[in-house]
Amino acid sequence: MNKKQSIRWLGLLPALAVFGLTLIYGCSSNQEFSSYGDAARKVYVAPGEYDEFYGFFSGGYNGQLSVYGLPSGRHIYTIPVFSQAPVNGYGYNEETKAMLQTSHGFVPWGDAHHPELSQTDGVPDGRYVFINENNTPRIAKIDLKKFQTTEILEIPNSAGNHASPFVTQNTEYISAATRFSIPIGSEKDVAIDSREETFNGTLSFIKLQDDGNMKLDFQILVPGFDYDLSHAGKGPSHGWSFFTSYNSEQAHTLLEINASKNDKDFIAAVNWKKAAEYAAQGKGTMIEGEYLRNYIDPETHIATTEHHSEVRMLDPRELPGMIYFLPTPKSPHGVDVSPDGELIAAGGKLSTVIPVHSFSKMIDAIENEAFEGEVGGIPVLKYDAILAGEVKDPGLGPLHTEFDGNGYAYTTAFITSEIVKWSLETFEVVDRIDTYYSPGHLMIPGGDSRKPEGKYLVALNKITKDRYLPTGPELFHSAQLIDISGDKMKLLLDFPTEGEPHYAQAIPAEKVMHDQVRYYRLEDNKHPYAARNESEAKVTREGNVVHINMTSIRSHFMPDNIEGIKVGDKVYIHVTNLEQDWDVPHGFAVKGANTSELLIMPGETRTLVWEPGKAGIFPFYCTDFCSALHQEMSGYIRVSPQESDVEIAYGTGQ
Amino acid sequence: MKKQNRLWMGAAALILIMVYLFPIWSINLKAPQYPEGIGLNIKVNTIEGKAPNDLQNINGLNHYIGMKVITPGSIPELKVMPFIFGFLIVSGLAVAIWGNRSWILLWLSLFAVLAIVGLIDFYLWEYDYGHNLDPNAPIKVPGMSYQPPLLGTKQLLNMRTTSLPHIGFYVALISMGCAAWAWRSEGKADKKKSATVMSAAA
Repeated sequence: MNKKQSIRWLGLLPALAVFGLTLIYGCSSNQEFSSYGDAARKVYVAPGEYDEFYGFFSGGYNGQLSVYGLPSGRHIYTIPVFSQAPVNGYGYNEETKAMLQTSHGFVPWGDAHHPELSQTDGVPDGRYVFINENNTPRIAKIDLKKFQTTEILEIPNSAGNHASPFVTQNTEYISAATRFSIPIGSEKDVAIDSREETFNGTLSFIKLQDDGNMKLDFQILVPGFDYDLSHAGKGPSHGWSFFTSYNSEQAHTLLEINASKNDKDFIAAVNWKKAAEYAAQGKGTMIEGEYLRNYIDPETHIATTEHHSEVRMLDPRELPGMIYFLPTPKSPHGVDVSPDGELIAAGGKLSTVIPVHSFSKMIDAIENEAFEGEVGGIPVLKYDAILAGEVKDPGLGPLHTEFDGNGYAYTTAFITSEIVKWSLETFEVVDRIDTYYSPGHLMIPGGDSRKPEGKYLVALNKITKDRYLPTGPELFHSAQLIDISGDKMKLLLDFPTEGEPHYAQAIPAEKVMHDQVRYYRLEDNKHPYAARNESEAKVTREGNVVHINMTSIRSHFMPDNIEGIKVGDKVYIHVTNLEQDWDVPHGFAVKGANTSELLIMPGETRTLVWEPGKAGIFPFYCTDFCSALHQEMSGYIRVSPQESDVEIAYGTGQ
Repeated sequence: MKKQNRLWMGAAALILIMVYLFPIWSINLKAPQYPEGIGLNIKVNTIEGKAPNDLQNINGLNHYIGMKVITPGSIPELKVMPFIFGFLIVSGLAVAIWGNRSWILLWLSLFAVLAIVGLIDFYLWEYDYGHNLDPNAPIKVPGMSYQPPLLGTKQLLNMRTTSLPHIGFYVALISMGCAAWAWRSEGKADKKKSATVMSAAA
């Protein structure tokens, strides 16, 4: 090679470098090419077979709860919770509209963050899953026999119901806390910049009563910080709950700067057993607080609203021993308790370490009064007196931790987009894996319980970018399933999730699948307008209100011809599905109705309100392809002008 | 009659009580949409779905092809059958207590005749349901009838229909077997007796 040629070659170097980089970074982000087959086998669920776990993923701003099978990542169902769902008429039909009533009126949307399975003895039991609504503070209870929302409780004196819902070891209580402090009590019209003097937070404790209904037992008045997340203690720490707080600066504007100044914020450790005793003794004061409880009547399947106007408020300044502050570095986000109930890991999101507090040291510190001060009547424990250890180099932006039950914890690092695995004994990081991209929560089935199923981990990412086929500017969020059964974490599956799943929980399918309701027995249908057989179908007029008690069965409605409806009438169409078999819903829609269709489960009655605005012939039909003659399952309603004298007449097959 | 054979005959009568407890015949339907199957049990006094609403659901499916609705209350055979078995039990016990070998045979013959008549009647009933179809049925397949098999399996449109005896039928067979055993063994005893008499005479 002469000199000229070598210079020409040198000129190619930058191009080669770029090419080399492309080889490294341009390929799939799963580094373990050789294990694709292996990974596929681990997540493959053969046709007709079932997943090992039910995964409940919050829908975030879609207000619902999505159900995924794990390990396949298949989307099985979406449970409507806080948002109207035209898919089945939830929140639109007369039976379920009341579920979305609040003290602010009808709210058709919600922001659902944290699913929480009910527990017995610190282990998910498959009875219920609870989920919070962040914006208009509420907690919903979903019955896992039916996968339906059966109760929604509003939380008064709260704003930004984020640290919610977290259950105690036997689901004695479901707790909630205010992310946004606000004025509590009667004087609410205050200047925003008076926050430090006039705003407070509240921690709410909701009792799950023996009849399965939720009851707001008491609230605790706390300093006006932002309470972020929570977990109840278990085992030795059963009886305590832990709430992170940030913005101990109590900034009311430009929080990203003003709420990030203090070196340490607090975890509030709440002795809820003590607080419950105070409440049972009638301590504290009943203060004003308007809230609604909506529940589905199990016999009529109709939602009913219960109004409440006051709540018991416990003030730590008057009732000592209920609550202590654990100083915790830099705006902690998640707070997670190890399976043995001893360690309390905090995700100090701006911290360079993960601080891990010791429950037993905390109890000693309380007994020895190792306090470094007091805030709002709440003793602040000494950091060094309660610290079990600090995890060094956990990645940037540590947020949430779950446990595998084998002595390891897994923490998401949002900024460095990874999950770090660390030892609960040495507090050393032993493994790390990239996620795509920026994980918020992570989930291990049972990973916040006393008995984690340390087989899989799901990373719930906030950023999707290039992970799936692009769908314009708006994308589903991405989730990754990671094998944690060995020493090294292995990426198995990448799957899109609807809405914005914040947190998720999973439970072995065995605990839920065998007890499913398949249809409702017609003889148990106590709906006041049910037609339990075709001979009960009828049309009745009371002034300008018309009730149509209609039946549906493959493949006709009774009645399917209705005359005598007039413009200006308010027509209640109550459709009872006479089928008594699994997976034979019927739908109902009528032209021009200003609401959603009805989707009626076998044995159930659902009601659509229709106020026809014009005269004419209005077809109605079944919206669910129910049978071979589904297209024939239709009928006509004749709407006459208001002044007409067409009599009510109806029938099928005449 | 020997005591032992009276006991066999008594057993033949009493075991028939089980007919009231278990179905006599069953018809099972399988189709892609019914992975768990759907079916009917024919009992001494009624027809029931295998699962709580199978009868209603089968009637619902049958209306597409114009089959009559199966309403157990309107089937006269189901009203008579409990009395027939009641008569067999009572008369069987009477034979066991007071009867002789010929009475056993008479009882057995009567039972067999009733059983055959029952099966013929069942066949005719199936024929009627399968052929006597509503001319206004939505699904009409030229040349197609829907008579379920008396015994065995037959594909009827999407439904694979299997008709088999159920426990009650086998109980009836065992009952006949017991009676037949009593009759046979009583015959041997008679022979032995007459042989003894003859040898004594010789």
